[in-house]
Amino acid sequence: MAKLETKIGGLTLKNPVLTASGTFGYGTEFSEFIDLSRLGGYIIKGTTLNPREGNPYPRMAETPSGMLNCVGLQNKGVHYLKDHIYPNIKDIDSCLIVNLSGSTVEDYAEAAEIIGTMDKVQAIELNISCPNVKQGGMAFGTTTQGVEQVVSAVRKAYNKTLIVKLSPNVTSITDMALAAEAAGADSVSLINTLMGMAIDAERRKPLLSMVTGGLSGPCVKPVALRCVWQVAKAVKIPVVGLGGIMNATDAIEFFLAGATAIEIGTANFIDPETTVKVVDGINEYLDRHNFKSITEIIGQLEV
Amino acid sequence: MEEISPNWDSFYIHVNETTQKWVCFCMIFQQQFRFCCYFVTFAQNFSILMKKQLNLKVENLKKITEQHILLSLVAPNGDMPEIKAGQFVEVKVDNAPTVFLRRPISVHFVDYAKQRLDLLVALVGDGTRKMATLSVGDEVSVLLPLGNGFPMPTKAGTKCLLVGGGVGIAPLLYLGDRLKAAGHQVSFLLGARNAGGVMLEDEFKKFGSLYLTTEDGNVGEKGFVTNHSILEKEQFDEIFVCGPTPMMKAVAKYAYGKNIECYVSLENKMACGLGACLCCVTEDNKGHNRCVCSEGPVFNINELPWQN
Ligand SMILES: Cc1cc2nc3c(=O)[nH]c(=O)nc-3n(C[C@H](O)[C@H](O)[C@H](O)COP(=O)(O)OP(=O)(O)OC[C@H]3O[C@@H](n4cnc5c(N)ncnc54)[C@H](O)[C@@H]3O)c2cc1C
Ligand SMILES: Cc1cc2nc3c(=O)[nH]c(=O)nc-3n(C[C@H](O)[C@H](O)[C@H](O)COP(=O)(O)O)c2cc1C
Ligand code: FES
Repeated sequence: MAKLETKIGGLTLKNPVLTASGTFGYGTEFSEFIDLSRLGGYIIKGTTLNPREGNPYPRMAETPSGMLNCVGLQNKGVHYLKDHIYPNIKDIDSCLIVNLSGSTVEDYAEAAEIIGTMDKVQAIELNISCPNVKQGGMAFGTTTQGVEQVVSAVRKAYNKTLIVKLSPNVTSITDMALAAEAAGADSVSLINTLMGMAIDAERRKPLLSMVTGGLSGPCVKPVALRCVWQVAKAVKIPVVGLGGIMNATDAIEFFLAGATAIEIGTANFIDPETTVKVVDGINEYLDRHNFKSITEIIGQLEV
Repeated sequence: MEEISPNWDSFYIHVNETTQKWVCFCMIFQQQFRFCCYFVTFAQNFSILMKKQLNLKVENLKKITEQHILLSLVAPNGDMPEIKAGQFVEVKVDNAPTVFLRRPISVHFVDYAKQRLDLLVALVGDGTRKMATLSVGDEVSVLLPLGNGFPMPTKAGTKCLLVGGGVGIAPLLYLGDRLKAAGHQVSFLLGARNAGGVMLEDEFKKFGSLYLTTEDGNVGEKGFVTNHSILEKEQFDEIFVCGPTPMMKAVAKYAYGKNIECYVSLENKMACGLGACLCCVTEDNKGHNRCVCSEGPVFNINELPWQN
């Protein structure tokens, strides 16, 4: 069996398979289907400083080979996470990562500090695809200044591993990745969802309460692969790849494009056992091609 | 020589003590053993209550009306989990290019002896129409059992009214079975648009009295379920409803008015069915978004903002 261990900054993962935030709840929702300790790590639901009710229903529209969502970061806030959820999940033998969102730089930093007090949380994944309320609602992640601002603030407040999750809804995702790296990120993960919309022609109405929403699933994979490939060439920090991964072959494609680890999102809805099947499938691929370690295939795309 | 007579008293005491010890030992042992048994049954119960992903086999597919099929699935390995009335399953639809997500479908009936799960499906779009093309012997992947079922009444012999509209009648057959088995009185009040939508009357009649409405009045009383005369003639203790939202709200209004305990089963659009994505929420009466798949799909109407 090949070695699956991989490193993101100071963080060692037993294997490179993580779960994507917002698609895996707090992990416990899947514990009846899989052994959570077999995951390289799990990234829990987007958390904000204060509780959020999220957007009105309907929040989901199916598309061919994917789905749109406008959940809107419904969560009970970082204090609730710490007091009521963390105690139940901290002993799962896997790497626990909290996905952090915010609407001001100060909120991000304050929440990051609180996350820092949870011993078993080994990293923050910073979701910067959120509207910056002080700057007219434009997402932090869509300008290099926005990225620098929020990443440096969180970097100061948090000294464990910091992964910055990038939005593909920009002209140059590489510029955003470089800005995150310069501001002290240990790693970047990409991609978050692609903005899209869906229409009910009969009723002449949008299918989502917010009209637009984030597209995920296999339909975004080609875009995600391109982004990972471009960013991995440009930055020195490790890249975590995601977007439409449904099986081990998809995952391998991301490693070849330059990803050090991968996340599985929407696929969990189709098959709640996807993550562990991907771990097994990666193993099988490495053995079949006589690789001793996952690190041997990272960025090994022959062009 | 003094005759050494056995000291029967002390002998008795000795025997008694030993027996007591033995009895004690046996009792402890028995307790331990029973505890072990409890533990084993607990563990077994736990495993049969767990959510599973199973490949079920199509045993039968029957066209009930122009728009409805009854899909019977069996667990070939005998591992059908215990399912409560009102719970649902997520069905994977293969080979349908426009269908990506699983489809949530209520449990219509379960026959544990035959390891059979019945689903009543309305053919409304690509996913459900694809289900209607399954053949006997095909494998279907399902996640089950999902959500919380209808709560069983606690008072013996509760008078229950089960109200269904359209394909919302699906979960009520199994509910009627469970309620009847628990000794409650069951009445079904089912509404359809027209005679073509009235189905499975004989099945429902097995578990209780059946009252019907159609909008054109061709079968049963004319109008919506809330127009049926039974609602005025009889006093029910609890009402269980599944159907289109306007119908459920109308029944809820009746229940609020008469102060009757009432539960509704919501059919919000779902992605995961497991409480992980929060796509399926409904707003409760406190303004909080509640997860329909994991906290529902059954809610007490007092939790919902339906009073007005
Ligand atoms: C908990 C739960 C239990 C359900 N139980 C049953 C059941 O026992 N039998 C049954 O036939 N159906 C049931 N449904 C509804 C069923 O899931 C949908 O009809 C199905 O997903 C439609 O899939 P489709 O691909 O055929 O149609 P689509 O192409 O997805 O949609 C076709 C049309 O149906 C509408 N629709 C889609 N999903 C829903 C929904 N959840 N509720 C209402 N309208 C919808 C769409 O808006 C569209 O107009 C249940 C839904 C839920 C959430
Ligand atoms: C229902 C849903 C909720 C999501 N919530 C979050 C979130 O809270 N924070 C975040 O960074 N990404 C969130 N995402 C984006 C995913 O983590 C992931 O980036 C995206 O879905 C692409 O991966 P996939 O195609 O494998 O799902 C969400 C996605 C979905 C489908
Ligand atoms: S459908 Fe995902 S949480 Fe209910």
